[in-house]
Amino acid sequence: MPLADARAICPSLETRAADLVRKAAALAALRRWASRYALMVVTDGSDGLIADISGVAHLFGGEEDLRADLQSRLDRAGITGVSAIAGTRGAAYALARNGGGVIPDGLLAEGIGRLPITALRVDPDTTGALSRLGLNQIRDILPLPRAPLSRRFGPGLLLRLDQALGVQAEPVAATPEAPHFGVRMTLPEPIGLQTDVMAGLRRLLDRLCDTLALHHMGARRVRLELRRVDRGSVRVEIGLARPMRDPNRIEALFRKGVDEIDAGFGIDALRLSVPIAEPLAPEQIGRDPTVPHEDALADLISRLGNRIGFDRVLRFLPAGSKIPERSFLLAPASCSEPAEAFPRTDPERPITLFPPEAITVSGGRSGRPPVSFTWRRMRFSTLRATGPERIAREWWFDDPAWRSGLRDYWRIETREGPRFWLFHTPQAFARPAPSGAQNWYAQGEFA
Amino acid sequence: MRDLPHTALRPTTSADTLALAGGRVHEAQGKGRRAFALFQAARHPGQVVWVFPDHAQQLLLPGGLPQDLPARLMLLRPRGETDLLWSLEEALRAAPIALVIAEPEKPLSLTAGRRLQLAAEAGQTTGLVLVRDGQGSNAAETRWLCEAQAASAPDSTLHDWSLIKNKNGTIRRWVVSWNGASAAFDMVSATGERGQPADPPG
Repeated sequence: MPLADARAICPSLETRAADLVRKAAALAALRRWASRYALMVVTDGSDGLIADISGVAHLFGGEEDLRADLQSRLDRAGITGVSAIAGTRGAAYALARNGGGVIPDGLLAEGIGRLPITALRVDPDTTGALSRLGLNQIRDILPLPRAPLSRRFGPGLLLRLDQALGVQAEPVAATPEAPHFGVRMTLPEPIGLQTDVMAGLRRLLDRLCDTLALHHMGARRVRLELRRVDRGSVRVEIGLARPMRDPNRIEALFRKGVDEIDAGFGIDALRLSVPIAEPLAPEQIGRDPTVPHEDALADLISRLGNRIGFDRVLRFLPAGSKIPERSFLLAPASCSEPAEAFPRTDPERPITLFPPEAITVSGGRSGRPPVSFTWRRMRFSTLRATGPERIAREWWFDDPAWRSGLRDYWRIETREGPRFWLFHTPQAFARPAPSGAQNWYAQGEFA
Repeated sequence: MRDLPHTALRPTTSADTLALAGGRVHEAQGKGRRAFALFQAARHPGQVVWVFPDHAQQLLLPGGLPQDLPARLMLLRPRGETDLLWSLEEALRAAPIALVIAEPEKPLSLTAGRRLQLAAEAGQTTGLVLVRDGQGSNAAETRWLCEAQAASAPDSTLHDWSLIKNKNGTIRRWVVSWNGASAAFDMVSATGERGQPADPPG
């Protein structure tokens, strides 16, 4: 039913956009819960679960009781679900989408005979063609000769029919569980000493790193949760500059955090988990001399980042802009690779860049560099001027600093020594006479 | 008494008078101290760390730095003076770093200066602290006064670098022409001395 029709019937209808990601997560959670009924439970499409309950039903008192138990639990949780039990996966699929129920053993053909052909997991074209022929229910095609049916509608229809009837096997293959990187330890007596916590952490780390190595993963963040006797909990979290699973190096980073925690009346449980893990292939150690160097550098970035913050350990990356302030990026070193080469721009750029500072100029014709100027209360006289280099604003950005229009940059060598990067804004209104009457600014210093 | 590390005793060769002794912390002051730091960074192959205060307005522009420096430069912007000194010490202690440059705000105490020297010895890393005039620490190995100098020729970029403190040698003064693009530089002969042999008489 289109939404407009539904609105016409029920004006107060509430609508919400489908959130497929959260739906899939909810289905995955339901799958974990449903594993209480069978070992093999897999998601079936975007809206179904299929479980292989061979040899399980008697534990719940029979198939009817198992289904009743499942339904009552779903109802209690507020989940609207339809369930069906049948001898084959295809039959269970068909029945679950058409009212649900239980098909007893040996009555498969009768059980699904009254269901529409659309329940057979065949494509809509086939079902449309079948309905034009007057074949709407599964029992309509059961007595038909197979060869013409296959010739006309392709092998897919008969395959699905055979699967539903159990002629063709269709097992339920359980998907592997996603690896869980978390270990915990419960202590018979509370501990409070820092060395004891570190010893416990060391045992957990060894186990955690073994698990990580098994799955070829490395940790990017590691979290240690300590439960105290008084039910309080403290948490120490560290970040790593690159994926890592070396217990010695991770342990060293925890030392400062463990030093600062308040143990209260004692700690009786430790839990270590990896909130963020990234793939880390096994690598040969001891051969390549660059690897220890990179490791040592990553260790330094981790140590620095955990104290001063990973957003304060930076590195330059090139950016494609002619505007000096935007010609580079400062990116956190922990999540960026060093740039290969920086283009050295021509004409020369200063080594130091600062926000434009107005200077007081005297002498010089309009638009030409000043004969002398005052910057930060120091007086300089021009010895040599190179320029101008005209840089226009990027009109697609509204940068307040560039509202004064284009800039003419000059490299000014002064008699006093320092070499400045000055610019003039010819498009801006000149300031009144006492402050210099010209729009000159200093923005950088050369080597 | 502790033995000095062998690197500290190694005399700087006459051919390379502007080299900083390895495994020690040096200081530079004067308005041209950043140019001096960049000159040293260009001459140290390997990773370079530059520690700025959090609120520093005067930053480096990668387009103007020596050729390959931006790719191997790591910037730290710690909050507060304690964190700055801690990061400096930590970087000095790390082996894979070639040169650490720091711009502290306050004068270094004697304890801090000594700690930095010990860290540099432990990591065999060279440190260069850019200080304001008169804010240096007594523990520094050498101290340089760096100023830019006006040049008479249009294609030379003169720097007046004088060594005003040296724990292992004498103090001197150099005028160097260095254009900031690479590690290459020219010594400019002092006034009154000839750079080239005189024309043969007759």
